[in-house]
Amino acid sequence: MRKSILLPVLILASSVFSIPGQAAEATPQRGGTLNFLAEPEPPVLTSLVSTSGAVMKVNAKVIEGLLTYDFNMQPIPQLATSWAVSPDGKQYTFHLRKGVKWHDGQDFTSADVAFSILTVKQYNSRAQGTFANVTEVKTPDPYTAILELSKPAPYLLSAFSANEAPMVPKHLYEGTDIMTNPHNTAPIGTGPFIFKEWVRGSHILYVRNPNYWDKPKPYVDQLVVKIIPDAATRTIALETGALDLGSDSPVPLSEIDRIKKNSKLGIETRGYGYSPTQTRIEFNLDNPYLKNLKVRQAIAHSINIDVLKNVVWYGYAVKSPTPITPELAAFHDNTPSPYAFDIAKANALLDEAGFPRQANGIRFKLVHDYMPYGDSFKRVAEYIKSSLAKVGIEVTIRSQDFATFIKRVYTDRDFDFDNGSISNLFDPAVGVQRLYWSKTYKPGVPFGNGSHYSNPEVDRLLEQAAIETDPAKRVEMYQQFQRIIATDIPDLNLLQINRQTIYNKRVHNFLTDIQGVNGSLADVWLEQ
Amino acid sequence: MNRVERIGRVVRRTLLHALPTALGIVILVFFLLQLVPGDAVDVLAGESGSATAATMAHLRAQFGLDQPIVLQLYHYLGNLAHFNLGFSPRYNAPVMDLVISRLPSTLLLMLLSQGVAIVIGISLGVVMAAWAGKWPDRLLSLLALLLYSTPGFWIGLMALILFSVHLDWLPSGGNATIGAELAGWANLKDMLRHAVLPVLALSSFFIAIYARLTRAAMLEIARQDFVRTAHAKGLSPLVVTLRHILRCALLPITTVAGMHFGNLLGGAAVIETVFSWPGLGRLALEAVMARDFNVLLGVLLLSAFLVILANVLVDLLQSWLDPRIKVR
Repeated sequence: MRKSILLPVLILASSVFSIPGQAAEATPQRGGTLNFLAEPEPPVLTSLVSTSGAVMKVNAKVIEGLLTYDFNMQPIPQLATSWAVSPDGKQYTFHLRKGVKWHDGQDFTSADVAFSILTVKQYNSRAQGTFANVTEVKTPDPYTAILELSKPAPYLLSAFSANEAPMVPKHLYEGTDIMTNPHNTAPIGTGPFIFKEWVRGSHILYVRNPNYWDKPKPYVDQLVVKIIPDAATRTIALETGALDLGSDSPVPLSEIDRIKKNSKLGIETRGYGYSPTQTRIEFNLDNPYLKNLKVRQAIAHSINIDVLKNVVWYGYAVKSPTPITPELAAFHDNTPSPYAFDIAKANALLDEAGFPRQANGIRFKLVHDYMPYGDSFKRVAEYIKSSLAKVGIEVTIRSQDFATFIKRVYTDRDFDFDNGSISNLFDPAVGVQRLYWSKTYKPGVPFGNGSHYSNPEVDRLLEQAAIETDPAKRVEMYQQFQRIIATDIPDLNLLQINRQTIYNKRVHNFLTDIQGVNGSLADVWLEQ
Repeated sequence: MNRVERIGRVVRRTLLHALPTALGIVILVFFLLQLVPGDAVDVLAGESGSATAATMAHLRAQFGLDQPIVLQLYHYLGNLAHFNLGFSPRYNAPVMDLVISRLPSTLLLMLLSQGVAIVIGISLGVVMAAWAGKWPDRLLSLLALLLYSTPGFWIGLMALILFSVHLDWLPSGGNATIGAELAGWANLKDMLRHAVLPVLALSSFFIAIYARLTRAAMLEIARQDFVRTAHAKGLSPLVVTLRHILRCALLPITTVAGMHFGNLLGGAAVIETVFSWPGLGRLALEAVMARDFNVLLGVLLLSAFLVILANVLVDLLQSWLDPRIKVR
């Protein structure tokens, strides 16, 4: 629903840059330094060995993938010029771009592709799952790579981006300890920018690759990735022009009006479709109150999602009362939430559940933890506390730092319920299955099945959908899965967050595919 | 006793005291940190969002986090004996490199702040003492009270908005213009431009302290007999104030300044975060958040040595200010 309102605005915004009077702007200008934000500081500079969000911001500037994707998740050539999937879904053939060279001057060939796919499968925690079915990569000639799978992986064609399957140079990695290879922090790739230096705590510096295969790109001379830990300082840096481009909601939402009023700055919410963010309340189903379905239903009826959307997220959110976000449009179940905001019904459900109000008006007490990332989840927690007070559940909010939160919820399981966000990633099999599959209930591992939910029918649907090659059948399985989750509510799904990219209006063309600014930025140019 | 001999004695004594102290700090902190929930791999896995039990186990093995605590301590101390501060899981770099690369920018910030605080603080204090009870004293007392009670980071943020956003005179963060490749005079100028606001923010509190301390100490000394004698033998009031009163008043001030060196390190963590200044304080703060205890221990160890060094310098300075103070 929200999309239909948003779209005309975006079309209007983009047409501003292409009206005839400003035709000069349409021609990219060369030169200049682009100041880009990375926060928090990434642990390494290539996604070969890390899936941290901070790494995704910098990896693709140097390292490329076989494919990238348009806004509808349809593949676009990058290092592969054409590709084919066999009808049984067990063979993927890629024809590679010729004449591509690594930044150290060596040729990029199919041997690098085979090495990269098998390495990422072994060492990257997400790719271990994504590429689990890949048994072999054949290289009949230097410009052809063929992936052989033991069973189909219908989401796989969406996973050949620079960030999910980075192409790294075999000659620099082979025979070394992959996890500690020095090129993880000083990457060498085929991309538009060459890594120059990383001064930890300050910046990462990249310069133009003069031999980039997609000439005349890139347009900017230098890419400075700045590390600015304080949110107020980030806002100031955008205002002063010290920062040109910041993604993942770089300023507190309370400052967003200040940004809107600034004629030099713009706000963009597209470019997050490869990793859409869903917010939810996660229940600990081992809790004596919360294991009761009626209690969870009552909580669902007490939360007014509109209030969260407008007050906490300042409207930068879309209702998503289901695990698969509207951004994954093919799979998203768009039926409205069965749990309308209804305090009377919530009270009735709690009475039915056998938790009547005591003399002081309280039925029972719960402790709520929120994900300590920015200040929005804390505000969600405050809203939950006040909402549940109205139905007689006394909530205490507990604050802690990220490491303590992770350990409490996923290792010690010392929590009642929490609120936070999770990425759907590029396919439900990769981003959603982990939250509801009984086999991902593994204490000690963050962001798995934290509710301790287990439903054999859900397990069956998830496992089948992960190997089903017929797209229509897959969609039907995920729709069925979402209907069961809506009934069982092991967690309460709330909103898809529309994260903001804030940019200086001298920056053009940073949004060319679904990865947004997490892509290569080869097309970006600066108005001089 | 000549000067070289005196300095040699100070160094010997300091080493004798400092080494066991530093070792004690390391061991104590090492065990205290075990009480903090979560380890570096928990944070790495949380940030990555897609960890598996196998990758986490692999990382723990790689960083030695799967070993018993006592064994971890034994290895850490063994590394220390070889001047190796260990490896940082969060930054994927040797801790020694990280700490050494941050040291110059933190030292610059701290020495400049301490210098500014002492010079301005003492000047204000002298003025306040000379006009005690009159309007300059009252006005400056009010200013000192304001500086004393306003948090440095807030002064920093407000200064950023004024001088960086509205006036566009000074840069909004960092310690140098990135990628500019300046040299010589231009480089120094660039560095100082970046340092102005953080130094202002960090020194504001200490300016107030030194001003009030100087005022109090000078007023007390001004009542003593030798000051009256100095006046009686016909010295000008300025000479009496500076050579006789201020010199004696410097003793308590240098003592406090030496002790403040450690406080400055703590305050630097906040100021460095506000100004994106790549210093040690921020490194320590981020190390705590990331449970990167090797880095934290490295910073603590280095800070401990810095504080000890500062105290040695204060000792020497005091014995020069007042030769009656013997360095034992």
